Amino acid sequence: MTPAIEVLGVEKRFGQIVALSGVSLSIAQGEFFALLGPNGAGKTTLISALAGLTRASAGTLRVMGHDVVSDYRAARRALGIVPQEIVFDPFFSVRETLRFQAGYFGIARSAALDNWIDELLAKLSLTDKADQNMRQLSGGMKRRVLVAQALVHCPPVIVLDEPTAGVDVELRQTLWAFIRELNRAGHTILLTTHYLEEAQQLCSRIAMMKLGRIVAMDTTDHLLNAFSERVLRVKIDGNLPASQLALRTRQTGAWHHFAIHDLSEVETRLAALRQAGAHITNLEVAEPDLEEVFVNVMNK
Amino acid sequence: MVGFQTLLLKEILRFWKVGFQTVAAPVLTALLYLFIFSHVMSGSNATFPGVTYDQFLVPGLAMMSMLQNAFANTSSSLIQSKITGNILFILLPPLSHWNFYGAYLIAAVVRALAVGLGVFLVGIFVAHVPVHSVAWIVVFALLGSGLLAALGLIAGLWADKFDQLAAFQNFIIMPLTFLSGVFYSIRSLPDFWQGLSHLNPFFYMIDGFRYGFFGKADVSVWLSFGVTAGAFFCISAVTLYLLKSGYKLRQ
Repeated sequence: MTPAIEVLGVEKRFGQIVALSGVSLSIAQGEFFALLGPNGAGKTTLISALAGLTRASAGTLRVMGHDVVSDYRAARRALGIVPQEIVFDPFFSVRETLRFQAGYFGIARSAALDNWIDELLAKLSLTDKADQNMRQLSGGMKRRVLVAQALVHCPPVIVLDEPTAGVDVELRQTLWAFIRELNRAGHTILLTTHYLEEAQQLCSRIAMMKLGRIVAMDTTDHLLNAFSERVLRVKIDGNLPASQLALRTRQTGAWHHFAIHDLSEVETRLAALRQAGAHITNLEVAEPDLEEVFVNVMNK
Repeated sequence: MVGFQTLLLKEILRFWKVGFQTVAAPVLTALLYLFIFSHVMSGSNATFPGVTYDQFLVPGLAMMSMLQNAFANTSSSLIQSKITGNILFILLPPLSHWNFYGAYLIAAVVRALAVGLGVFLVGIFVAHVPVHSVAWIVVFALLGSGLLAALGLIAGLWADKFDQLAAFQNFIIMPLTFLSGVFYSIRSLPDFWQGLSHLNPFFYMIDGFRYGFFGKADVSVWLSFGVTAGAFFCISAVTLYLLKSGYKLRQ
Protein backbone atom coordinates (compact mmCIF):
# COMPACT_ATOMS: atom_id res chain seq x y z
CA MET A 1 0.00 0.00 0.00
CA THR A 2 1.23 3.54 -0.77
CA PRO A 3 2.66 5.15 2.36
CA ALA A 4 0.65 8.08 3.72
CA ILE A 5 3.85 10.06 4.13
CA GLU A 6 7.19 9.32 2.52
CA VAL A 7 10.29 11.38 3.19
CA LEU A 8 13.46 10.43 1.36
CA GLY A 9 16.85 12.01 2.06
CA VAL A 10 15.40 15.44 2.75
CA GLU A 11 17.79 18.28 3.48
CA LYS A 12 17.03 21.89 4.22
CA ARG A 13 19.57 24.64 4.67
CA PHE A 14 18.93 28.26 5.63
CA GLY A 15 22.23 29.82 4.62
CA GLN A 16 24.85 28.21 6.85
CA ILE A 17 22.25 26.65 9.13
CA VAL A 18 21.33 23.04 8.42
CA ALA A 19 17.73 22.54 9.56
CA LEU A 20 17.24 19.07 8.08
CA SER A 21 20.05 16.69 7.28
CA GLY A 22 19.21 13.58 5.26
CA VAL A 23 15.85 12.87 6.91
CA SER A 24 14.06 9.73 5.70
CA LEU A 25 10.93 8.17 7.09
CA SER A 26 7.82 6.41 5.92
CA ILE A 27 4.45 6.49 7.65
CA ALA A 28 1.89 3.86 6.66
CA GLN A 29 -1.74 4.69 6.04
CA GLY A 30 -3.75 4.54 9.24
CA GLU A 31 -0.77 4.98 11.56
CA PHE A 32 -0.75 7.32 14.57
CA PHE A 33 2.84 8.56 14.41
CA ALA A 34 4.71 10.93 16.72
CA LEU A 35 7.59 13.15 15.72
CA LEU A 36 9.42 14.24 18.83
CA GLY A 37 12.45 16.35 19.56
CA PRO A 38 13.64 19.42 21.41
CA ASN A 39 13.00 22.93 20.08
CA GLY A 40 15.03 23.50 16.94
CA ALA A 41 15.30 19.80 16.11
CA GLY A 42 13.67 20.33 12.71
CA LYS A 43 10.14 18.98 13.30
CA THR A 44 8.30 22.08 12.12
CA THR A 45 10.69 22.52 9.19
CA LEU A 46 9.91 18.97 8.10
CA ILE A 47 6.17 19.59 8.41
CA SER A 48 6.54 22.86 6.50
CA ALA A 49 8.34 20.99 3.72
CA LEU A 50 5.51 18.46 3.60
CA ALA A 51 2.97 21.28 3.38
CA GLY A 52 4.89 23.14 0.66
CA LEU A 53 5.54 26.12 2.95
CA THR A 54 9.26 25.41 2.79
CA ARG A 55 11.11 24.00 -0.18
CA ALA A 56 13.54 21.21 0.61
CA SER A 57 17.13 21.84 -0.54
CA ALA A 58 17.38 18.15 -1.50
CA GLY A 59 15.35 14.97 -1.27
CA THR A 60 11.78 13.96 -1.95
CA LEU A 61 8.55 14.26 0.03
CA ARG A 62 5.32 12.52 -0.89
CA VAL A 63 1.85 12.58 0.62
CA MET A 64 -0.31 9.59 -0.35
CA GLY A 65 2.15 8.99 -3.18
CA HIS A 66 1.95 12.56 -4.54
CA ASP A 67 5.16 14.55 -4.76
CA VAL A 68 4.77 17.79 -2.81
CA VAL A 69 6.48 19.80 -5.58
CA SER A 70 5.62 18.23 -8.95
CA ASP A 71 2.14 17.07 -7.91
CA TYR A 72 1.47 19.69 -5.26
CA ARG A 73 -2.25 20.00 -5.84
CA ALA A 74 -2.98 16.33 -5.08
CA ALA A 75 -0.45 16.31 -2.22
CA ARG A 76 -2.04 19.33 -0.54
CA ARG A 77 -5.56 17.96 -0.99
CA ALA A 78 -4.47 14.85 0.90
CA LEU A 79 -3.03 16.84 3.80
CA GLY A 80 -4.66 18.70 6.68
CA ILE A 81 -2.36 20.69 8.92
CA VAL A 82 -3.02 22.15 12.34
CA PRO A 83 -0.32 24.79 12.75
CA GLN A 84 1.60 25.45 15.92
CA GLU A 85 0.76 29.16 16.10
CA ILE A 86 -2.79 30.36 16.66
CA VAL A 87 -3.71 32.35 13.57
CA PHE A 88 -7.10 33.56 12.37
CA ASP A 89 -8.75 35.97 9.97
CA PRO A 90 -10.39 38.73 12.03
CA PHE A 91 -12.89 39.65 9.30
CA PHE A 92 -14.95 36.46 9.44
CA SER A 93 -17.07 34.24 11.67
CA VAL A 94 -16.20 30.63 12.52
CA ARG A 95 -18.63 29.27 9.94
CA GLU A 96 -17.41 31.63 7.21
CA THR A 97 -13.81 30.68 8.01
CA LEU A 98 -14.62 26.99 7.56
CA ARG A 99 -16.61 27.54 4.36
CA PHE A 100 -13.75 29.54 2.86
CA GLN A 101 -11.20 26.91 3.84
CA ALA A 102 -13.28 24.18 2.20
CA GLY A 103 -13.65 26.36 -0.90
CA TYR A 104 -9.89 26.86 -1.20
CA PHE A 105 -9.63 23.08 -1.43
CA GLY A 106 -12.18 23.03 -4.25
CA ILE A 107 -15.25 22.05 -2.21
CA ALA A 108 -18.24 24.13 -3.31
CA ARG A 109 -21.03 25.24 -0.98
CA SER A 110 -23.53 22.42 -0.57
CA ALA A 111 -25.83 20.87 2.01
CA ALA A 112 -23.28 18.08 2.48
CA LEU A 113 -20.53 20.60 3.27
CA ASP A 114 -22.75 22.48 5.69
CA ASN A 115 -23.61 19.20 7.43
CA TRP A 116 -19.93 18.28 7.71
CA ILE A 117 -19.13 21.73 9.12
CA ASP A 118 -21.94 21.33 11.67
CA GLU A 119 -20.55 17.92 12.62
CA LEU A 120 -17.03 19.32 13.01
CA LEU A 121 -18.32 22.18 15.15
CA ALA A 122 -20.26 19.75 17.34
CA LYS A 123 -17.29 17.39 17.76
CA LEU A 124 -15.08 20.31 18.77
CA SER A 125 -17.70 21.91 21.07
CA LEU A 126 -17.97 25.00 18.88
CA THR A 127 -21.61 24.82 17.79
CA ASP A 128 -22.68 27.82 19.87
CA LYS A 129 -19.75 29.85 18.49
CA ALA A 130 -20.46 29.14 14.81
CA ASP A 131 -21.67 32.62 13.94
CA GLN A 132 -19.33 34.57 16.20
CA ASN A 133 -16.45 36.54 14.79
CA MET A 134 -13.08 34.86 15.24
CA ARG A 135 -11.86 37.84 17.30
CA GLN A 136 -14.44 37.05 19.98
CA LEU A 137 -13.12 33.53 20.67
CA SER A 138 -10.71 32.53 23.41
CA GLY A 139 -7.30 31.08 22.54
CA GLY A 140 -8.48 27.52 23.12
CA MET A 141 -11.52 28.04 20.90
CA LYS A 142 -9.38 29.52 18.14
CA ARG A 143 -7.17 26.45 18.32
CA ARG A 144 -10.23 24.24 17.95
CA VAL A 145 -11.23 26.22 14.86
CA LEU A 146 -7.74 25.57 13.47
CA VAL A 147 -8.36 21.85 13.94
CA ALA A 148 -11.70 22.17 12.16
CA GLN A 149 -10.03 24.09 9.31
CA ALA A 150 -7.48 21.30 8.88
CA LEU A 151 -10.26 18.71 8.67
CA VAL A 152 -12.88 20.55 6.65
CA HIS A 153 -11.69 19.07 3.33
CA CYS A 154 -11.60 15.53 4.82
CA PRO A 155 -7.89 14.87 4.24
CA PRO A 156 -6.66 11.28 4.66
CA VAL A 157 -3.48 12.56 6.36
CA ILE A 158 -3.65 14.91 9.34
CA VAL A 159 -0.63 16.69 10.79
CA LEU A 160 -0.91 18.19 14.26
CA ASP A 161 1.99 20.47 15.13
CA GLU A 162 1.89 20.81 18.91
CA PRO A 163 -1.92 21.10 18.96
CA THR A 164 -2.25 21.10 22.74
CA ALA A 165 0.48 23.62 23.56
CA GLY A 166 -0.88 25.87 26.31
CA VAL A 167 -4.46 24.59 26.20
CA ASP A 168 -6.61 23.38 29.07
CA VAL A 169 -7.29 19.80 30.07
CA GLU A 170 -10.86 19.79 28.82
CA LEU A 171 -9.84 20.82 25.32
CA ARG A 172 -7.10 18.22 25.26
CA GLN A 173 -9.50 15.46 26.15
CA THR A 174 -12.07 16.63 23.59
CA LEU A 175 -9.40 16.95 20.94
CA TRP A 176 -7.74 13.60 21.55
CA ALA A 177 -11.06 11.77 21.65
CA PHE A 178 -11.90 13.24 18.25
CA ILE A 179 -8.46 12.58 16.77
CA ARG A 180 -8.57 8.96 18.00
CA GLU A 181 -11.96 8.59 16.34
CA LEU A 182 -10.52 9.92 13.07
CA ASN A 183 -7.59 7.54 13.34
CA ARG A 184 -9.94 4.61 13.92
CA ALA A 185 -11.84 5.72 10.81
CA GLY A 186 -8.63 5.29 8.79
CA HIS A 187 -7.00 8.74 8.87
CA THR A 188 -3.25 8.82 9.25
CA ILE A 189 -2.10 11.09 12.08
CA LEU A 190 1.31 12.72 12.41
CA LEU A 191 1.74 14.43 15.75
CA THR A 192 4.46 16.62 17.19
CA THR A 193 4.22 17.45 20.85
CA HIS A 194 6.27 18.28 23.91
CA TYR A 195 3.78 16.38 26.07
CA LEU A 196 5.49 13.01 25.90
CA GLU A 197 2.80 11.20 27.87
CA GLU A 198 0.33 12.14 25.10
CA ALA A 199 2.60 10.66 22.46
CA GLN A 200 3.10 7.50 24.55
CA GLN A 201 -0.64 7.01 25.02
CA LEU A 202 -1.69 7.81 21.47
CA CYS A 203 1.03 6.82 19.03
CA SER A 204 1.93 3.41 17.76
CA ARG A 205 5.26 4.56 16.31
CA ILE A 206 7.64 7.35 17.20
CA ALA A 207 10.55 9.12 15.55
CA MET A 208 12.87 11.35 17.54
CA MET A 209 14.78 14.19 15.93
CA LYS A 210 17.85 16.04 17.05
CA LEU A 211 19.73 18.74 15.16
CA GLY A 212 17.90 18.02 11.91
CA ARG A 213 18.41 14.25 11.99
CA ILE A 214 16.26 11.31 13.03
CA VAL A 215 18.11 9.70 15.91
CA ALA A 216 15.58 7.02 16.87
CA MET A 217 12.56 5.54 15.14
CA ASP A 218 10.61 2.48 16.20
CA THR A 219 7.30 1.32 17.63
CA THR A 220 6.46 2.91 20.96
CA ASP A 221 6.77 -0.47 22.74
CA HIS A 222 10.19 -1.21 21.25
CA LEU A 223 11.50 2.24 22.16
CA LEU A 224 10.26 1.85 25.73
CA ASN A 225 11.90 -1.56 26.02
CA ALA A 226 15.14 -0.52 24.38
CA PHE A 227 15.73 2.84 26.03
CA SER A 228 13.85 2.78 29.30
CA GLU A 229 13.62 0.65 32.41
CA ARG A 230 11.53 0.60 35.53
CA VAL A 231 12.66 3.41 37.73
CA LEU A 232 12.88 3.68 41.48
CA ARG A 233 12.48 7.29 42.53
CA VAL A 234 13.42 8.29 46.05
CA LYS A 235 13.39 11.50 48.03
CA ILE A 236 16.14 11.85 50.59
CA ASP A 237 16.49 14.10 53.59
CA GLY A 238 19.69 15.97 52.73
CA ASN A 239 22.13 15.11 49.97
CA LEU A 240 22.52 11.75 48.28
CA PRO A 241 25.58 10.00 49.77
CA ALA A 242 28.58 10.28 47.45
CA SER A 243 28.88 6.48 47.16
CA GLN A 244 25.44 6.36 45.52
CA LEU A 245 25.91 9.16 43.00
CA ALA A 246 27.34 6.87 40.31
CA LEU A 247 24.28 4.62 40.52
CA ARG A 248 21.78 7.47 40.11
CA THR A 249 20.53 7.72 36.51
CA ARG A 250 18.85 11.11 36.79
CA GLN A 251 17.60 13.76 39.18
CA THR A 252 14.32 15.65 38.68
CA GLY A 253 13.75 18.22 41.40
CA ALA A 254 14.08 16.46 44.76
CA TRP A 255 13.66 13.01 43.20
CA HIS A 256 16.69 10.77 42.61
CA HIS A 257 16.18 8.13 39.88
CA PHE A 258 17.66 4.61 39.96
CA ALA A 259 17.15 2.09 37.19
CA ILE A 260 15.79 -1.32 38.27
CA HIS A 261 15.18 -4.34 36.09
CA ASP A 262 12.50 -5.95 38.23
CA LEU A 263 10.68 -5.30 41.47
CA SER A 264 12.97 -7.60 43.51
CA GLU A 265 15.72 -5.01 43.05
CA VAL A 266 13.75 -2.39 44.97
CA GLU A 267 14.60 -3.78 48.40
CA THR A 268 18.27 -4.25 47.50
CA ARG A 269 18.57 -0.67 46.28
CA LEU A 270 16.77 0.78 49.33
CA ALA A 271 18.96 -1.26 51.66
CA ALA A 272 22.08 0.01 49.90
CA LEU A 273 20.88 3.60 50.24
CA ARG A 274 20.13 3.20 53.96
CA GLN A 275 23.47 1.53 54.51
CA ALA A 276 25.18 4.49 52.85
CA GLY A 277 23.48 6.77 55.39
CA ALA A 278 20.61 8.12 53.30
CA HIS A 279 17.37 8.94 55.13
CA ILE A 280 14.57 8.12 52.67
CA THR A 281 11.48 10.33 53.05
CA ASN A 282 9.44 9.18 50.03
CA LEU A 283 9.64 6.66 47.21
CA GLU A 284 7.81 5.41 44.14
CA VAL A 285 8.33 2.83 41.41
CA ALA A 286 7.59 4.02 37.89
CA GLU A 287 6.99 1.93 34.81
CA PRO A 288 9.10 2.71 31.70
CA ASP A 289 8.04 6.02 30.21
CA LEU A 290 8.73 8.00 27.09
CA GLU A 291 10.35 10.80 29.00
CA GLU A 292 13.12 8.39 30.07
CA VAL A 293 13.45 7.23 26.48
CA PHE A 294 13.58 10.80 25.24
CA VAL A 295 16.25 11.84 27.73
CA ASN A 296 18.34 8.76 27.02
CA VAL A 297 18.10 9.18 23.25
CA MET A 298 18.88 12.89 23.33
CA ASN A 299 21.85 12.37 25.63
CA LYS A 300 23.29 9.53 23.58
CA MET B 1 -12.08 27.00 -10.21
CA VAL B 2 -13.92 26.74 -6.86
CA GLY B 3 -10.68 27.66 -5.07
CA PHE B 4 -10.23 30.78 -7.17
CA GLN B 5 -13.89 31.80 -6.75
CA THR B 6 -13.67 31.31 -3.00
CA LEU B 7 -10.53 33.41 -2.68
CA LEU B 8 -12.10 36.11 -4.83
CA LEU B 9 -15.26 36.13 -2.70
CA LYS B 10 -13.20 36.26 0.48
CA GLU B 11 -11.17 39.20 -0.82
CA ILE B 12 -14.30 41.10 -1.87
CA LEU B 13 -16.00 40.46 1.49
CA ARG B 14 -12.82 41.51 3.28
CA PHE B 15 -13.10 45.09 2.01
CA TRP B 16 -16.89 45.13 1.84
CA LYS B 17 -17.21 44.33 5.55
CA VAL B 18 -15.30 47.52 6.31
CA GLY B 19 -16.95 49.48 3.50
CA PHE B 20 -16.97 52.76 5.39
CA GLN B 21 -13.22 52.69 5.51
CA THR B 22 -12.55 51.15 2.10
CA VAL B 23 -15.22 52.74 -0.11
CA ALA B 24 -17.07 55.58 1.62
CA ALA B 25 -13.97 57.27 3.09
CA PRO B 26 -12.10 57.58 -0.25
CA VAL B 27 -15.26 58.97 -1.86
CA LEU B 28 -15.53 61.58 0.89
CA THR B 29 -11.83 62.47 0.50
CA ALA B 30 -12.30 62.95 -3.23
CA LEU B 31 -15.36 65.10 -2.62
CA LEU B 32 -13.32 67.34 -0.31
CA TYR B 33 -10.61 67.65 -2.97
CA LEU B 34 -13.32 68.54 -5.44
CA PHE B 35 -14.83 71.27 -3.28
CA ILE B 36 -11.50 72.79 -2.29
CA PHE B 37 -9.74 72.69 -5.66
CA SER B 38 -12.76 73.73 -7.67
CA HIS B 39 -13.16 76.72 -5.35
CA VAL B 40 -9.48 77.70 -5.39
CA MET B 41 -8.88 77.00 -9.08
CA SER B 42 -12.17 78.26 -10.55
CA GLY B 43 -11.41 80.25 -13.69
CA SER B 44 -8.04 78.49 -14.05
CA ASN B 45 -6.90 77.78 -17.60
CA ALA B 46 -5.11 74.56 -16.53
CA THR B 47 -7.69 72.49 -18.37
CA PHE B 48 -8.72 71.65 -21.93
CA PRO B 49 -10.33 74.36 -24.08
CA GLY B 50 -14.07 74.49 -23.47
CA VAL B 51 -13.88 72.42 -20.28
CA THR B 52 -14.46 74.09 -16.91
CA TYR B 53 -12.14 73.24 -14.02
CA ASP B 54 -14.95 71.47 -12.13
CA GLN B 55 -15.65 69.26 -15.11
CA PHE B 56 -11.96 68.62 -15.70
CA LEU B 57 -11.35 67.60 -12.10
CA VAL B 58 -14.08 64.97 -11.67
CA PRO B 59 -12.66 62.23 -13.95
CA GLY B 60 -9.13 62.88 -12.70
CA LEU B 61 -10.19 62.52 -9.08
CA ALA B 62 -12.21 59.40 -9.87
CA MET B 63 -9.21 57.79 -11.57
CA MET B 64 -6.79 58.85 -8.84
CA SER B 65 -9.07 57.34 -6.19
CA MET B 66 -9.37 54.13 -8.20
CA LEU B 67 -5.62 53.81 -8.57
CA GLN B 68 -4.90 54.46 -4.89
CA ASN B 69 -7.60 52.10 -3.68
CA ALA B 70 -6.65 49.30 -6.03
CA PHE B 71 -3.11 49.52 -4.69
CA ALA B 72 -4.29 49.75 -1.08
CA ASN B 73 -6.56 46.71 -1.42
CA THR B 74 -4.01 44.14 -2.56
CA SER B 75 -1.10 45.51 -0.58
CA SER B 76 -2.93 45.85 2.74
CA SER B 77 -4.68 42.50 2.44
CA LEU B 78 -1.43 40.72 1.72
CA ILE B 79 0.67 42.38 4.40
CA GLN B 80 -2.03 41.95 7.04
CA SER B 81 -2.20 38.25 6.21
CA LYS B 82 1.58 37.93 6.29
CA ILE B 83 1.98 39.73 9.59
CA THR B 84 -0.92 38.04 11.38
CA GLY B 85 0.07 34.68 9.91
CA ASN B 86 -3.31 33.84 8.35
CA ILE B 87 -1.64 33.81 4.91
CA LEU B 88 -1.16 30.16 5.90
CA PHE B 89 -4.81 29.48 5.09
CA ILE B 90 -4.22 30.20 1.42
CA LEU B 91 -0.73 28.73 1.23
CA LEU B 92 -1.77 25.27 2.44
CA PRO B 93 -4.55 24.64 -0.14
CA PRO B 94 -3.84 23.68 -3.76
CA LEU B 95 -4.24 27.23 -5.13
CA SER B 96 -2.00 28.12 -8.07
CA HIS B 97 -0.17 31.42 -8.54
CA TRP B 98 -2.74 32.28 -11.23
CA ASN B 99 -5.59 31.73 -8.74
CA PHE B 100 -3.81 33.92 -6.22
CA TYR B 101 -3.07 36.69 -8.73
CA GLY B 102 -6.53 36.62 -10.33
CA ALA B 103 -8.49 36.67 -7.08
CA TYR B 104 -6.50 39.48 -5.44
CA LEU B 105 -6.42 41.53 -8.63
CA ILE B 106 -10.13 41.25 -9.45
CA ALA B 107 -11.17 42.02 -5.87
CA ALA B 108 -9.00 45.15 -5.93
CA VAL B 109 -10.48 46.20 -9.27
CA VAL B 110 -14.00 45.72 -7.86
CA ARG B 111 -13.14 48.00 -4.92
CA ALA B 112 -11.54 50.52 -7.28
CA LEU B 113 -14.62 50.56 -9.51
CA ALA B 114 -16.92 50.98 -6.48
CA VAL B 115 -14.84 53.94 -5.29
CA GLY B 116 -14.53 55.41 -8.82
CA LEU B 117 -18.26 55.15 -9.38
CA GLY B 118 -18.89 56.75 -5.99
CA VAL B 119 -16.58 59.67 -6.80
CA PHE B 120 -18.19 60.10 -10.22
CA LEU B 121 -21.71 60.05 -8.78
CA VAL B 122 -20.96 62.70 -6.16
CA GLY B 123 -18.91 64.61 -8.77
CA ILE B 124 -21.79 65.01 -11.17
CA PHE B 125 -23.70 66.88 -8.49
CA VAL B 126 -20.93 69.47 -8.57
CA ALA B 127 -20.28 69.62 -12.31
CA HIS B 128 -21.87 68.35 -15.49
CA VAL B 129 -19.42 65.81 -16.93
CA PRO B 130 -20.05 64.62 -20.49
CA VAL B 131 -19.36 61.04 -21.57
CA HIS B 132 -17.59 60.81 -24.91
CA SER B 133 -16.74 57.09 -24.97
CA VAL B 134 -17.86 54.54 -22.39
CA ALA B 135 -15.49 51.98 -23.92
CA TRP B 136 -12.38 54.09 -23.26
CA ILE B 137 -13.59 54.90 -19.75
CA VAL B 138 -14.02 51.22 -18.96
CA VAL B 139 -10.73 50.20 -20.62
CA PHE B 140 -8.67 52.73 -18.66
CA ALA B 141 -10.54 52.07 -15.42
CA LEU B 142 -9.86 48.34 -15.70
CA LEU B 143 -6.27 48.58 -16.90
CA GLY B 144 -5.31 51.35 -14.48
CA SER B 145 -6.78 49.73 -11.39
CA GLY B 146 -5.48 46.33 -12.53
CA LEU B 147 -1.98 47.77 -12.87
CA LEU B 148 -2.07 49.34 -9.41
CA ALA B 149 -3.56 46.15 -7.94
CA ALA B 150 -0.63 44.17 -9.36
CA LEU B 151 1.80 46.78 -8.02
CA GLY B 152 0.09 46.43 -4.64
CA LEU B 153 0.69 42.68 -4.76
CA ILE B 154 4.39 43.26 -5.42
CA ALA B 155 4.58 45.78 -2.57
CA GLY B 156 2.67 43.46 -0.24
CA LEU B 157 4.97 40.56 -1.08
CA TRP B 158 8.11 42.65 -0.68
CA ALA B 159 7.20 44.48 2.54
CA ASP B 160 7.89 42.73 5.82
CA LYS B 161 6.23 45.40 7.95
CA PHE B 162 3.61 48.13 7.61
CA ASP B 163 6.31 50.79 7.70
CA GLN B 164 7.89 49.52 4.48
CA LEU B 165 4.52 49.38 2.77
CA ALA B 166 3.72 52.93 3.87
CA ALA B 167 7.05 54.05 2.40
CA PHE B 168 6.20 52.37 -0.92
CA GLN B 169 2.81 54.06 -0.90
CA ASN B 170 3.94 57.52 0.23
CA PHE B 171 7.19 57.81 -1.70
CA ILE B 172 6.25 56.09 -4.96
CA ILE B 173 2.51 55.76 -5.48
CA MET B 174 1.35 59.10 -4.02
CA PRO B 175 3.86 61.35 -5.87
CA LEU B 176 3.25 59.54 -9.16
CA THR B 177 -0.53 59.95 -8.83
CA PHE B 178 -0.43 63.59 -7.67
CA LEU B 179 2.00 64.55 -10.44
CA SER B 180 0.09 62.78 -13.17
CA GLY B 181 -2.20 65.62 -14.25
CA VAL B 182 -5.13 64.91 -11.94
CA PHE B 183 -5.41 68.58 -10.99
CA TYR B 184 -4.17 70.22 -14.20
CA SER B 185 -3.52 69.62 -17.86
CA ILE B 186 0.19 69.08 -18.38
CA ARG B 187 -0.01 71.51 -21.31
CA SER B 188 -0.20 74.25 -18.70
CA LEU B 189 3.23 73.24 -17.36
CA PRO B 190 6.64 74.59 -18.48
CA ASP B 191 8.38 72.43 -21.12
CA PHE B 192 10.71 70.71 -18.66
CA TRP B 193 7.88 69.57 -16.40
CA GLN B 194 5.79 68.57 -19.39
CA GLY B 195 8.65 66.36 -20.57
CA LEU B 196 9.03 64.86 -17.11
CA SER B 197 5.30 64.17 -16.88
CA HIS B 198 5.56 62.11 -20.06
CA LEU B 199 7.82 59.70 -18.16
CA ASN B 200 5.15 59.10 -15.54
CA PRO B 201 2.99 56.09 -16.51
CA PHE B 202 0.21 57.34 -14.21
CA PHE B 203 -0.17 60.39 -16.50
CA TYR B 204 -1.27 58.14 -19.39
CA MET B 205 -3.88 56.37 -17.24
CA ILE B 206 -5.42 59.67 -16.13
CA ASP B 207 -5.17 61.26 -19.57
CA GLY B 208 -6.70 58.25 -21.36
CA PHE B 209 -9.48 57.97 -18.79
CA ARG B 210 -10.25 61.69 -19.14
CA TYR B 211 -10.36 61.27 -22.94
CA GLY B 212 -13.29 58.90 -22.42
CA PHE B 213 -15.26 61.79 -20.95
CA PHE B 214 -14.23 64.81 -23.04
CA GLY B 215 -12.88 63.34 -26.28
CA LYS B 216 -9.84 65.56 -25.64
CA ALA B 217 -6.50 64.67 -24.10
CA ASP B 218 -2.93 65.91 -23.67
CA VAL B 219 -1.59 63.02 -25.79
CA SER B 220 -3.10 60.52 -28.23
CA VAL B 221 -5.49 58.10 -26.50
CA TRP B 222 -3.81 55.26 -28.35
CA LEU B 223 -0.44 56.21 -26.88
CA SER B 224 -2.03 56.29 -23.41
CA PHE B 225 -3.61 52.90 -24.07
CA GLY B 226 -0.30 51.43 -25.27
CA VAL B 227 1.64 52.68 -22.24
CA THR B 228 -1.05 51.64 -19.74
CA ALA B 229 -1.60 48.20 -21.27
CA GLY B 230 2.16 47.64 -21.64
CA ALA B 231 2.78 48.60 -18.01
CA PHE B 232 -0.10 46.39 -16.88
CA PHE B 233 1.23 43.32 -18.67
CA CYS B 234 4.84 43.94 -17.56
CA ILE B 235 3.92 44.43 -13.90
CA SER B 236 1.54 41.45 -14.05
CA ALA B 237 4.31 39.26 -15.47
CA VAL B 238 6.63 40.28 -12.61
CA THR B 239 3.85 39.64 -10.07
CA LEU B 240 3.11 36.20 -11.47
CA TYR B 241 6.81 35.34 -11.47
CA LEU B 242 7.14 36.37 -7.82
CA LEU B 243 4.03 34.44 -6.81
CA LYS B 244 5.16 31.34 -8.68
CA SER B 245 8.62 31.49 -7.10
CA GLY B 246 7.05 31.83 -3.64
CA TYR B 247 8.97 35.07 -3.03
CA LYS B 248 8.71 35.88 0.71
CA LEU B 249 5.82 33.43 1.01
CA ARG B 250 7.47 30.02 0.81
CA GLN B 251 11.00 29.64 2.17
